[in-house]
Amino acid sequence: MPDLLRLIVEPGFFSSEPVQVALIAGGIVAVVSGIVGSFAVLRGQSYAGHALADISVTGGSASYLVGVSPLWGFVGVGVLAAGVMDMIGVQRPRGRDLATGIVRGTGLGLAALFLYWDTTHTSTTGATITILFGSMFTISSSILPVIGLFSVVALGIVAVVYRPLLLSSVAADLAAVRGIRVRLVGAMCLVAIAVAVSLSAMTIGAILSTALLVGPAATGLRLTSRPGLAMTWAAVIGLAATWLGVLLAYDSFYWPPEQHGWPVSFFVVTLIFLFYLLASPVGRRTARRVPAGRPGLAGG
Amino acid sequence: MTDREASGGSAELLRAEGISVWLSGREVLHDVGFSLGRGEFAALIGSNGAGKTTLLKVILGLQPVSAGTIQLAGQLRGRRHPVIGYVPQKIQLDPDMPVRARDLVGLGLDGQRLGLPLPSAGRRARIDEMLHAVGAAQFGDARVGNLSGGEQQRVLIAHALISRPQLLLLDEPLANLDIASEQDVVALLSRVAREQQIAVLISAHDMNPLLPVMDRIIYLAAGRAASGTTEQVVRTDVLSALYGQHVDVIRVHDRILVVAGRGEAEPVPPDPAIHPHGPAVTGPGTAPEVAGPHRPETAAGPGQATAAEEATTTVRGR
Amino acid sequence: MFSGFMVSTWTVASIVAVVAGVVGFFVVLRGAAFVADAVPQGAFAGAAGASLLGINTLIGVGVAALLGALGIGWLSRRGRRDVATALALVVMLGLGALFLSFSVQYAPEIYSLLFGEVLGVSATEVAPVAILAALCTGAILLFYRPLLISSLMPELAEARGVRAQRMELLFLIVVALATSLTLPVVGALLIFSLMIGPPAAARSVTDRPVPAMLASVLIALAVVWVSIAAAYETNWPVGFFVGALGAACYAAGRGWAAIRRSRSGAADHRGRGGRGASGAQEHGLQAANVRV
Repeated sequence: MPDLLRLIVEPGFFSSEPVQVALIAGGIVAVVSGIVGSFAVLRGQSYAGHALADISVTGGSASYLVGVSPLWGFVGVGVLAAGVMDMIGVQRPRGRDLATGIVRGTGLGLAALFLYWDTTHTSTTGATITILFGSMFTISSSILPVIGLFSVVALGIVAVVYRPLLLSSVAADLAAVRGIRVRLVGAMCLVAIAVAVSLSAMTIGAILSTALLVGPAATGLRLTSRPGLAMTWAAVIGLAATWLGVLLAYDSFYWPPEQHGWPVSFFVVTLIFLFYLLASPVGRRTARRVPAGRPGLAGG
Repeated sequence: MTDREASGGSAELLRAEGISVWLSGREVLHDVGFSLGRGEFAALIGSNGAGKTTLLKVILGLQPVSAGTIQLAGQLRGRRHPVIGYVPQKIQLDPDMPVRARDLVGLGLDGQRLGLPLPSAGRRARIDEMLHAVGAAQFGDARVGNLSGGEQQRVLIAHALISRPQLLLLDEPLANLDIASEQDVVALLSRVAREQQIAVLISAHDMNPLLPVMDRIIYLAAGRAASGTTEQVVRTDVLSALYGQHVDVIRVHDRILVVAGRGEAEPVPPDPAIHPHGPAVTGPGTAPEVAGPHRPETAAGPGQATAAEEATTTVRGR
Repeated sequence: MFSGFMVSTWTVASIVAVVAGVVGFFVVLRGAAFVADAVPQGAFAGAAGASLLGINTLIGVGVAALLGALGIGWLSRRGRRDVATALALVVMLGLGALFLSFSVQYAPEIYSLLFGEVLGVSATEVAPVAILAALCTGAILLFYRPLLISSLMPELAEARGVRAQRMELLFLIVVALATSLTLPVVGALLIFSLMIGPPAAARSVTDRPVPAMLASVLIALAVVWVSIAAAYETNWPVGFFVGALGAACYAAGRGWAAIRRSRSGAADHRGRGGRGASGAQEHGLQAANVRV
């Protein structure tokens, strides 16, 4: 039995400090992304989530120039971009994606500029990669309380507007009739997404940020029809994928090529993808559980 | 109950006066007025484009007016108002939206409340009861996006009714139903109106399924309305004045047909897209014959806005 | 700026603009902004993989773009398109991260692949780019009508025998092709700005499809030329200018549409005022509104 465990978990895993930080930070971020991401996917805002991740990266790179702590660069710019997106976005989903794309294009153009200034002024070409892909094992433990704080903010927003948000996401007309400020609620959701996504972009990189926002949530939606349960699933799956990914990445240090290790993002993304694919047959069964509309006919 | 006390004992629940609405450069509604009392079942009849949905949205406060007022239970419509139940024609839903029928109905209870919902047995019981009342109990756990048109509609009705509204508006609920479901829904709504003393306003393009149960009709044509009982409104002289051209009202057995002047029949079956000739029964501005001197002009504009004050003192018979 | 070694840059850039304008027209029409954004990013992963295996980068880009696009198509059948796009994108990027981690000596090239490098185009690349571009535009023009119908009215298209799935597949492949040939000049992250901004602006100017497509090409050309000139002068990355100008085009388009709307709204007011007729009543019924 101990042999089996040693096969899966390479020595020093649990005692290594970077791993512990990675597990905690990654875990928090995964749970927040899963819950907030459920609404993002529900509202068809996967693109917005992805765009916000990259834009907050812009903020992160700009902060190096201005000398501000990267945290504020990431989250501040992310929230700002969310506001802009909401302002110029239109109600039709197509128009909204277009607006998202434009904002992202602008943000990335700026990122290009900042990075260009960055590399010519400070010769760290590796910064490009790090900012885009993130590195989970180099998170400083001092940042954990801040991550916790912002996570509470993001989850808090979602908790406060949970019901109006759900109703306006399902049927905006019904919500408007009840006096719900659909636009305002939508903007708050976008801000929550921005905060969650900035956090994850900063700690685990922009790729994983999108993956954790969309993948587990989409999987959760396939597994169950109950909204609360779907979000719980999303959090659990995200957490599992992240922790397993961290474990595998640590183990891969001992795989070829030696002493190099495979990137965490690769493992986590692959796991998320696998979970999503596995959920498909289940999803089809849930969807079919509908009676034919005649009384007395139960679903199958 | 508190409803009676709130409106000071009067039975009138909804009053519209002088409603005029402009949309995309056309006057969709012109000086429309009617009233509706508690427990009354009214049908808003008009063909597609006549302005039915617009009028419903005006009542709900979702559509601004260029003139006119809406009074609910004696007060001018404002931000705070007695609850209005609304059943839209159809809501677009993805089959993979994780919202079950019972979730949507539950949101009818407390969808506007902030904070996380706490599970309670009482809440669940009320939802079950409502689902049962509309005949939706057997698909209560199915995703709303997967339901058929008729099933979805029952769920939407339950969603609207669960908050015990005083007024229930339905936008073309019969449009996509087969005859059996049509009769079911009409019977259900009529029963609800009577038992819970709710005022029900239901829009449709064909009045015939509703003839047995409706107390009054609001007939919308050319942007204007005639309201009253069926005998008062659905008459050749009244409707001809409304359309601005001669139409015939023909009763065949227990059905009513409204036929345009040149002897062409208005299609009564539920799909008015099969108009042989459009102009006779669509909205304002599309009937060339009507553009001339036959169209009665009225003083439009801001004068109507103060009509509300006069309305409260003027006696209007029923 | 127009000296010998820049000629190929100008040529390729113009070809890129034409393709972006044509393909972008359909991107905007089909609401596929995310797809147009995701495919180039995934293609970037292919570039990393190709350089790892020693294959020509462009081929790697092309293959990865195709794989990404087809992946989006495959996943879209089992779920929503935006989720499918996001998942395909992150999987490709994850693979890209993997490839990158195996080879550490490509940082500068990565930067230019991501953000664009004005001087990165050599004369030998003009021919393959021109051929790919011809293929791309040819495919669009050949299937112009079925593609248009299936984008605007899918149900009507089905009735006419145009399979929506086939058109979607064609569209995705064309986007992949367009991506792979535009990557070297403008960079992976910003090619989609060219495919979105100019066409969106064009659509605000005209409602008719063919003029809109032409306008989109012209605007894209203008954007690319200005961007390259500016990048040459200031040494700043091309991608920055493309992104900024693309946004400017979009904003201009929205502004123009708003002006047009307020003009027709003013007609509303004029009409309303002019209708203040006297209370002549024809039939003795109260303004044809009968309240009984």
